[in-house]
Amino acid sequence: MKELLIIAIGSAMVNNVVLSQFLGLCPFLGVSKRVETAAGMGGAVVFVITLASLCTSLIYKFILVPLNFSYLQTIVFILVIACLVQFVEMFLKKSMPPLYNALGVYLPLITTNCAVLGVALTNVQKEYGILSSVVNGFATAVGFTIAIVIMAGIREKTEYNDVPTAFQGSAITLLTAGLMAIAFFGFSGLI
Amino acid sequence: MGTCMERLYNGIIKENPTFVLVLGMCPTLAVTTSAINGLGMGLSTTVVLIMSNMMISLLRKVIPDGVRMPAFIVIVASFVTIVQFLMEGFVPSLYDSLGLYIPLIVVNCIILGRAESYASKNPVLPSIFDGIGMGLGFTLSLTLIGCFRELVGSGALFGFTVLPETIYTPITIFVLAPGAFFVLSFLTAARNKIMTKKKAPAASGCNEGGCASCGNSSCGGHGAFYKVEPEDQKTEKE
Repeated sequence: MKELLIIAIGSAMVNNVVLSQFLGLCPFLGVSKRVETAAGMGGAVVFVITLASLCTSLIYKFILVPLNFSYLQTIVFILVIACLVQFVEMFLKKSMPPLYNALGVYLPLITTNCAVLGVALTNVQKEYGILSSVVNGFATAVGFTIAIVIMAGIREKTEYNDVPTAFQGSAITLLTAGLMAIAFFGFSGLI
Repeated sequence: MGTCMERLYNGIIKENPTFVLVLGMCPTLAVTTSAINGLGMGLSTTVVLIMSNMMISLLRKVIPDGVRMPAFIVIVASFVTIVQFLMEGFVPSLYDSLGLYIPLIVVNCIILGRAESYASKNPVLPSIFDGIGMGLGFTLSLTLIGCFRELVGSGALFGFTVLPETIYTPITIFVLAPGAFFVLSFLTAARNKIMTKKKAPAASGCNEGGCASCGNSSCGGHGAFYKVEPEDQKTEKE
């Protein structure tokens, strides 16, 4: 239990996926204009990454390792993730329309989000078991959500600020991200 | 031969993937902690880019249109796996320092973007040169950013101390994660400044999203390469 907690805090706060590992920067910069959309994106990412780490670790443990195919992990994982996102989208559309309406727009965007593949590969690299993989995936995604929601909150405010012309748009956003990354350094003493 | 040279020039200068198209930002930020890392990442991406461009161009008449994306991804992922093993075998120290970011070349928007917008429509030779040009452009920019961060952050260049600590106190933050954001932020600002001076908003389609194409290849892939109306991308992002 204690190990799981350490994994969770480690990947959500200390090694935040966006601010210290630079994965999933694309939606982080692209979809962080308003808090509601950012939270929606965060929700979709939590959903997909948790599911993807479950699937990939199951496939790795029960198919790739016994057959000695573990060198195919990159190819298999990216295909599994792409299929999974498609499948989740169809499933939600059919059986849970309200959830689909909330997440629908963001789901296709997640397919090539580097964070999903990154988490799957980290799970293998660190030799996590299935439960630890799921916890790691969930916590990473929560870390992503925290970062993107905070970012959206800040961007809603900076919109009214008098930003120099050259820094408008992505430049000021990146600068904000840098300051946030410094703030997240504060967590590094936690574990 | 004319097209080949034109492709090289296009990739390195005119449509430089990092500074002009603003693609592939995730590896750009993550691995540029030193010049060597930037160079290594750039070269491995170049190899994957050349091989996948060649393969996709060879197979462009065989791959059905409906499944071309999955097919491209499988081709790219295969080459990435090969490169990964070669690096593990021959340059283990570089392999260790790049770590997770080597398999993540698969989701690098530059590669799928070139496959989709150039290699799948053009003959083999120009596609190879397109890969070389784009790859060298990427390598060049990664190495430049890496040099800058290493020099400011640790007073060294390619691992050799250039500025001894007696004359220059390194600003360590530039080697750490926040430094990457700061450097990129100022780069973007400088680019904006030059662009507005030139009054040429060309190829700035994906400017706002950074490498929005990682999550949304239609934006980086098409927006930057085809110069679709920016409205398209905005509605997609919202």
